[in-house]
Amino acid sequence: MGFRHHLPNRREALLGAGSLFAWSQMPRLARAEGRDPRLLVIVLRGALDGLGAVAPVGDPDWIGLRSDRALVLDGKTPALPLDSFFALNPAMPNLYRLYKAQQATIVHATATPYRERSHFDGQDVLESGMARPGAVDTGWLNRALVELASDGQVDLRGSRALGVGAVTPLVVRGKAPVMSWVPQKLLAASEDTQARLLDLYQHTDPKLAVALQARVRLAALGGTGGMDAPAPGELPEFGIARLRAYVAETAGTAARVLAKPDGPRVGAASFVGWDTHINEGAASGQLANLLGALDVALAAIETNMRDAWRETVVAVVTEFGRTARINGTNGTDHGTGTVALLVGGALRGGRVIADWPGLKQAQLYEDRDLKPTTDLRAMLKGLLRDHLRVDERALASTVFPESADVTPTSGLVG
Amino acid sequence: MSSSAKAEAVLALHRFGMGPRPGSIAAIGADPRGALIAELERSSPSQIALPGLSSAKAFRAVNDANAKRQAKAILARKEQDAKTQQMAQAPAMTEGSTPGAGEMAAKMAAEAVPDPGRQIYLEEARIRTEAAFGAEIGFAERLVWFWSNHFCVSADKIRSMSGAYEREAIRPHVLGRFVDLLLAAEGHPAMLFYLDQTVSMGTNSIAGMNRTRGLNENLAREILELHTLGVRSGYTQDDVIAFANVLTGWTLVPPGDNPEHGGEFIFNPRLHEPGAQKVLGKSYEDETVEQGRAVLRDLAAHPATATHVATKLARHFVADAPPPALVERMTKVFVDTEGDLKEVARAMVKSDEAWTQPASKLKRPSEWVVGMVRATGITQADPKRFTDGQALLGEPLWRPPSPKGFPDDEGSWIDGVGRRLDVANNFAERVSDRVDPQDVIETVLGSSVSAEVMQAVGRAESRQQALALLFMSPEFQRR
Repeated sequence: MGFRHHLPNRREALLGAGSLFAWSQMPRLARAEGRDPRLLVIVLRGALDGLGAVAPVGDPDWIGLRSDRALVLDGKTPALPLDSFFALNPAMPNLYRLYKAQQATIVHATATPYRERSHFDGQDVLESGMARPGAVDTGWLNRALVELASDGQVDLRGSRALGVGAVTPLVVRGKAPVMSWVPQKLLAASEDTQARLLDLYQHTDPKLAVALQARVRLAALGGTGGMDAPAPGELPEFGIARLRAYVAETAGTAARVLAKPDGPRVGAASFVGWDTHINEGAASGQLANLLGALDVALAAIETNMRDAWRETVVAVVTEFGRTARINGTNGTDHGTGTVALLVGGALRGGRVIADWPGLKQAQLYEDRDLKPTTDLRAMLKGLLRDHLRVDERALASTVFPESADVTPTSGLVG
Repeated sequence: MSSSAKAEAVLALHRFGMGPRPGSIAAIGADPRGALIAELERSSPSQIALPGLSSAKAFRAVNDANAKRQAKAILARKEQDAKTQQMAQAPAMTEGSTPGAGEMAAKMAAEAVPDPGRQIYLEEARIRTEAAFGAEIGFAERLVWFWSNHFCVSADKIRSMSGAYEREAIRPHVLGRFVDLLLAAEGHPAMLFYLDQTVSMGTNSIAGMNRTRGLNENLAREILELHTLGVRSGYTQDDVIAFANVLTGWTLVPPGDNPEHGGEFIFNPRLHEPGAQKVLGKSYEDETVEQGRAVLRDLAAHPATATHVATKLARHFVADAPPPALVERMTKVFVDTEGDLKEVARAMVKSDEAWTQPASKLKRPSEWVVGMVRATGITQADPKRFTDGQALLGEPLWRPPSPKGFPDDEGSWIDGVGRRLDVANNFAERVSDRVDPQDVIETVLGSSVSAEVMQAVGRAESRQQALALLFMSPEFQRR
């Protein structure tokens, strides 16, 4: 009778701080419910054309807007019908399969509170969770993790979030330590060299010590040192092949680490290249290639999460959308409303959530962009509340400041 | 040399230069600030030699190779298809005919044509890296790197020109006037290609009316947001559109059409939106290419540009949050001298605030790697190894993730420190037979390392480990 404590096993005890890290990062309340949720946030930098990813084929103004570049159900590469109104870009068969299995949800005509058109300010708002751009050095996901720990029972020294890439995405930066992992490897330094350097840093530069420590832990989890990585110097080629390989490897490895029983529960990665100003190629071309790479990555995550997939949510978000009309160079310029994609076994999926604004001239935002009708923060708050069990008051204050009037979306998971 | 003079020399080399080399501390120890300024006076960053490799020529070479590859592929597919058909007509052979054989043959024929783009990229990387290795202090080279990142293009989009762009548009002006740098960068074919300007045409231009294509806002927006005024400095969406109209016609000569001038800048009046345009409240008459130059000249002289540029320079060299007094002084010099970049750089190193900040900036991977190599006295670069290393560290040469360039703050890079250890470890392994760690500490760093570093190096189990620890020490990571 009574509480069941997680007692560190021998290996965890040997790892010292690692043992604390191993269980401390599980969202406590969710765990009390017998769940062990995982969350991976993927930021698409450059602004994804939401209309090119998920087309409103049932809107009477759709074809008029994009003419022969509009995705349609009876096109040369037919779009995949999601419901009677929306259809998915044909480059994403895995997402379509997950959607049909109720393991994917699409939010359309959504945007952050940012209403200008700078990528970099837009990404700052998306990742910082602030209501407007400005000087920020922490991200909403990291602050949400700090909130999970606010009762003082967890140790912030333990790395709880995983940032994938050589440059840490803002969304996971902050007080809660971050491990980072870079796909592509070369001969790793020995454990002894690592330990000596860590000792040096602990005596001379605590910040560097924290950063190095995270990597030592990650190595212990098997996130580095894999045999499947390319040999030193064997960098993938330029272009779409490089992107596809990079995206799949990055996402797949993030999933492998998140799936470990003693791995981190929350991760973030970002992919660049979505700024399709010229020859966008939604049906076959640039955007189709990018979405295809993302689709392969989603499948890699599903596979590599194994049993943990049923407790996983992957949230794919971007800074803003693109112009509703095609621009002068067969592409689209910076816009506003776009889509957000959720996939994962924990979802109550199989639906498109949208308060559709329409595509008539007067219905477009500033006569050029898809008008945002759903605040992206509503979805993220709903996810953090119901999936990770972040306190709702904290969500409205510290995680997404000035968002008290943005009601968390209910029923996304469960 | 007193220990404080030595410390200032070390700081000068790390903060404003490419890092100490054997002998460099002694060379500048008497007057580090004066040595930095003297280097600006005698440097001519534009004189790094690569005879015969202009951006236009490189662009044409890659274009020609692509055309050749396509031609070979078509020919090979035709031949294979003919063969397959012959085989199909001989009944006994039908089972042997493979579908897709034509595609395969085409692919193989295409791959047999060498790609000059990669070789050009590596050659450009080599001369740039060797300029950094060979510089006395490297202040001028650091300025080249800074401005090249400020006005970045990406080799992912235009590999052939990425190195030549830096030599042609950036290097000649980093110690000149900002307006000339701006005009050179925005008018360079690599920039026009990178930010989609080459295909932008005015809706009411001759070409626009004939072809139903039109405007692309990309270059105009990034000039305002990233290259000059800075984000949230007051311009509007209408300003972006008007400026994009002004810039229509700025394009390059198609490489296939012109064996002598293909890939060079050209103003094509057929693409240009006719009429006056109002940008930031001022009306610009249509004077073809001069309309765009007039807007750029006004942007260069705008006070917001001075603040933006001075802040970014101070942040890059001195501190993530640079002292306001330093930024103000540099801004004032920028305004007073009408954007004389040598004077702005001089004002920076003459300011006490630039020296009193603790060494808290984390070097970017590129700076750190070059600093590590310089400390060993190596002056020759293996460009393949070098560019691979930079890519592993998240800062692939001339391939920034976006037009904003690589970030400049600690938060972006610190989690990559574990990866740096792997790179340091590999490098240490390669040089440990000829580089002595104690020697590096004494002769290169003038023994100005902490007792802890001294101890860690002294107790290391091997020379390789000692070198890796030394290269990873805060003394090498921060400036």
